[in-house]
Amino acid sequence: MEITAPVRKPSWYSPSVIANIGREVRRYPLIPLAILLLILIIPAFFAQNISPHHPTRGQFSERLTPPAWQEGGSSKYLLGTDKQGRDMLSRIFHGAKYVLIVSLTVIAVSGVIGVSLGLIAGYFGGRADMFIMRGVDIALSIPAILLALAIVASRGPSFGTVIFVICVILWSRYARQVRGEVLSIKNQDFISRAQVAGSSSFRIIIRHVFPNVVNSIVVLATLQVGFVILLESSLSFLGAGIPRPTPAWGLMVADGRELVVTAWWVSFFPGIAISLVVLSLNLMGDWLRDRLDPKQRNL
Amino acid sequence: MQRFIIIRCFYALVVLFIVSIIVFALARISGNPVDVFLPFDATDAQQEALERDLGLDQPLPIQYLKFVGNALRGDFGDSIKWDGQSAMGLVGQRFPATMQLAGIAMGISLLIAVPIGVLSAVKKDSVFDYIGKIIALAGQSLPPFWLGIVLIFIFAVQYDLFPTSGRGGGKNLILPAITLGWFQVAAMMRLVRSSMLEVLDTEYVKLARIKGIVEWKVIWKHALRNASIPPLTFFGIVAGQLMTGAVITESVFTWPGTGLLAVDAIRSRDYPVVQAVVISFAGIYILSNLIVDILYAYLDPRIRY
Repeated sequence: MEITAPVRKPSWYSPSVIANIGREVRRYPLIPLAILLLILIIPAFFAQNISPHHPTRGQFSERLTPPAWQEGGSSKYLLGTDKQGRDMLSRIFHGAKYVLIVSLTVIAVSGVIGVSLGLIAGYFGGRADMFIMRGVDIALSIPAILLALAIVASRGPSFGTVIFVICVILWSRYARQVRGEVLSIKNQDFISRAQVAGSSSFRIIIRHVFPNVVNSIVVLATLQVGFVILLESSLSFLGAGIPRPTPAWGLMVADGRELVVTAWWVSFFPGIAISLVVLSLNLMGDWLRDRLDPKQRNL
Repeated sequence: MQRFIIIRCFYALVVLFIVSIIVFALARISGNPVDVFLPFDATDAQQEALERDLGLDQPLPIQYLKFVGNALRGDFGDSIKWDGQSAMGLVGQRFPATMQLAGIAMGISLLIAVPIGVLSAVKKDSVFDYIGKIIALAGQSLPPFWLGIVLIFIFAVQYDLFPTSGRGGGKNLILPAITLGWFQVAAMMRLVRSSMLEVLDTEYVKLARIKGIVEWKVIWKHALRNASIPPLTFFGIVAGQLMTGAVITESVFTWPGTGLLAVDAIRSRDYPVVQAVVISFAGIYILSNLIVDILYAYLDPRIRY
């Protein structure tokens, strides 16, 4: 006896297909992605084209104009102006560039150093492992802001200092994570088979070990970007990060601190920008972790 | 155990050594101190005399040893900005204000983090869990310096409930303490939650339940006590965060503590004071990490080298 279920081919406009597309789309973190595009990525690349005013030259006569929707605001300056009459919106757009530069550089540099050392420590073990892990312990116990303060006090604030300081503490996190994973991969059959087949250690690490840790590195890196942005803006806020008059978001919040009674918008909007970007990055990181690296979900 | 403590102490010393080298090296890079003290038209002989006075003519290792010797006696030289005061004296003067703030902040963060952490573990996927997740996410995403400013704007400017800055009565403490406590809440809560989840799954908790002990007692007495070991290690990190946070919070609220001292000193390139703050903060940080490590090893005998 033949059982035939009535199969109805869904046509492209049928509700089920649309629902499917909806489900497919909802699987991706769309809102965080949109926020990132809108206030970080597009401004970082096209700040010159989309910002209505110059980021560092202001109209002194129009200083402390409130945002457009408030009494006394003008549509010329959507988010108002700061103490020197510089347009807040343009400064936030231009600031995105520095956020992106600093965080990507830091993640790349500390990631490469940390991952390589983690691979070496995990794969070779022994003395190399001990040496590297002690380095990790030490790096983890160096208080970052203090280090930054000391460097800035003697050398003055600069991009190099910010990047250096954050890298000094960040590499250790990659190294620790990668080492842990390599330890569990190392004893699996495919590694010993590669060894028997005569592959060099270098080749095994690159071809067989690294591809197996790459997912968790991506997850870790995404989750780190938010941390890096927060640290960078904290340093800039303290005057120990990106030097003036660069429109760094942390610096802009600092500019608004003394104006909080009269002009709340000066520190409010850059802070919102930082919060939204970091929040979206964290949501993206959580999502990526669920997709790529589900064992870490409960951490 | 003894071996563990000795190894740990050794690492602590290594870290302190590295920090001191960094601070010392930075002091030397920052330019020849002779230029600061002498007028422009000083002769070479005067310059050499001063270099000899300051010990700058000696080889670097000897200079470093002298620096360490002085540092051990708490002597980092005199402040440049605050005339005639010793750098370490300034740190000492400002320290109680920082401790007060940090203590209250710690209390506030514990008060928020522990109950929510426990409840979100016990009632997984309930409203508490949801609130906990939001707090955790917000805690990781809101820049604390900005949070402080927003708090000032809402509670000090709009509603005039608290003063905007400075140190004084209890009212002055609340906003800075919340800002500083905020640093810890998210991480602490997550840690309490995950370690509670682990403990709630164990045999002795089930046994306690079977014995008919009231549920709240099982949770708050039996489970929480055992679940508090992992969060304890976190206190080492908290110590570091409190100091980082103190620097930020104090500069937001112009709270006259050590953190504000550091920021002021940087703005006026007052290097002796910066040195004194960095070394003493690093010392506290390293010491609290050391204590936590040792404590942890006592509490959980599985941790060994």
